[in-house]
Amino acid sequence: MAGSIPASPSADGLASARHVSPSAEAWRRFKRHRMAMASLMVLLLMVLAVYLGPFFWTVAINDIDFKATLQGPSMAHPMGTDDLGQDLLARMLYGGRISLAVGLAAMAMAIVVGVTIGALAGMSRGSVDAALMWLTDLFLSLPQLPLLLLIYLFRDTLKAAFGPEVGVFIMIVLVIGGFRWMPVARLVRAQFFSLREKEFVEAARALGATTTRQVWRHILPNALGPVIVAGTIDVAAAIIAESTLSFLGLGFPPDIPTWGRILFDSKDHMDIATHWALFPGAAIFLAVLTINFVGDGLRDALDPRKVL
Amino acid sequence: MGPYLLRRLLIALPSLLGISVVLFTVLALAPGDPFAELALNPNVPAEVKAALRAKFGLDDPVWQRYFHWLLAMLHGDWGFSFISRVDVDTLILQRVPTTLAVIGASQLLALCIALPVGVYSAVRPYSWFDRIASSLAFVGFSLPTFFTGILLILVFSIKLDWLPFVYRADLTSTGWAWWGEQIRQSIMPVAVLGLFQGASWTRYVRSSMLDVVRLDHVTTARSKGLSERVVVMKHIVRNALIPVVTLVALTMPQVFGGAIVTEQIFRVPGIGSLLIDAILRNDTPVIMAVTFVFSCLVILFNLIADLLYGWLDPRISFR
Repeated sequence: MAGSIPASPSADGLASARHVSPSAEAWRRFKRHRMAMASLMVLLLMVLAVYLGPFFWTVAINDIDFKATLQGPSMAHPMGTDDLGQDLLARMLYGGRISLAVGLAAMAMAIVVGVTIGALAGMSRGSVDAALMWLTDLFLSLPQLPLLLLIYLFRDTLKAAFGPEVGVFIMIVLVIGGFRWMPVARLVRAQFFSLREKEFVEAARALGATTTRQVWRHILPNALGPVIVAGTIDVAAAIIAESTLSFLGLGFPPDIPTWGRILFDSKDHMDIATHWALFPGAAIFLAVLTINFVGDGLRDALDPRKVL
Repeated sequence: MGPYLLRRLLIALPSLLGISVVLFTVLALAPGDPFAELALNPNVPAEVKAALRAKFGLDDPVWQRYFHWLLAMLHGDWGFSFISRVDVDTLILQRVPTTLAVIGASQLLALCIALPVGVYSAVRPYSWFDRIASSLAFVGFSLPTFFTGILLILVFSIKLDWLPFVYRADLTSTGWAWWGEQIRQSIMPVAVLGLFQGASWTRYVRSSMLDVVRLDHVTTARSKGLSERVVVMKHIVRNALIPVVTLVALTMPQVFGGAIVTEQIFRVPGIGSLLIDAILRNDTPVIMAVTFVFSCLVILFNLIADLLYGWLDPRISFR
């Protein structure tokens, strides 16, 4: 009787029939979070609108028309116009592309730096780990917003080097990303500490896997869940950081209308042109809210201990 | 605890030095010259310009200027503002009380929202109250403070005309009228900051409560026949608040950062608007001093958080 157990054909068949890939499983769990699904739809719609919109709405962002200044929404200008008669819909679409690009690029930078430093600290014990963690703590104790504001001091140099748009973009992404990698590094390091002692990693090591292979094939894929969640939230945080800078007048220059910049420009005309402030503010809010909800859904979907 | 505190303070010193080096280097590398305006003025002779630059040591190498600054700082000399022509420390001391008042009031408001709402949501999880509160909290911390500020100004100052939208430090009235005006002009800045913090803390209070509710001692307390009120207040809330206290201390520096935005919207003459003015006018000594004060606050509150944590939770020992 004992010999028949491992060869049981029915048990094998069941196991292979129920096999689903980890990503399919995560997607199944994600779909059960209704707010996250709805947010994902809205977010995708916003991204599509921002990237495909300019093909359908071909008004230039800097078309000055003094006959139509500070007008409310109408057929000619669905989101109204600003104090120079520039079409707000065109400016919103343009600004959305910049805001989303800043968010994604800053997130990518935070994740790459964070995972690298976290993995290095997690795999090497002793002095390297201690030094890297001291660096992480040092960055955590730097005051973020005041330092973000210092970007403003470098704007002229960068403008000369890369042109106004790209120069400021690089600077903003570098600074925002440079301030958001620390939580990721700590997360990855903690994950590495527990994962590298697990049996499956030990088995890989016993089979002669190099350290690089252990990290890439066995440890890192299992440590990615919380990193993905943190990355999603980082996109929202980077969008807020960028619009805060622009709102304070210290981010992108006035001729580049990001959502924060449009809001900043609208401040002095709020009593007569409410729409001018409401549209960019609502866009920032909607983007941040939906990204946060997606992150919440991913947290549920990627946490294997949570039963859904 | 004494040796622990001493050791932590000793660790904080190199961190503060490191931060000051970073800040100083960034500022020194930044282009832009506080005397740029002076240089364009044809009435100022070239010798005077050169003498001024030499007096403030603007042409020395960076490391020399850093040690100069560090030495002066250790003597309690914070530097001299190029633009306002007063000492930096008097400038900062003028602005700090306003910032502290606004931030303190907003943190109180945030706690008054977060504690009751978070506790009640966790006592009845997934009830209607919990769902509405959780959704509102989510919306609350996704709303950037600058947008909430603008919305409040739009509704209460422009449409309804109830509240002033510029914060004035030089109110002329005295006695009760002064207090009335002070409160009226503080409502909006305090609400913007407080609601934002309250929303994110509500989530922490709720999840921290839910962690404690499952523990065995709570079941024991219930099965002893204690009333629900005693169980919640004495056995759950007191334990659940330990991580929350730490979190409040840890987020304080972020709150100071957030206050920069609020101060700018409502023109509150606090330390944040001082920083922005200094940046816009290239007033390097003021920028350096204010950012350094912010860094000291971060380190101070990290230390306070750790000490509080150990004091409240006897399971943690200081080593």
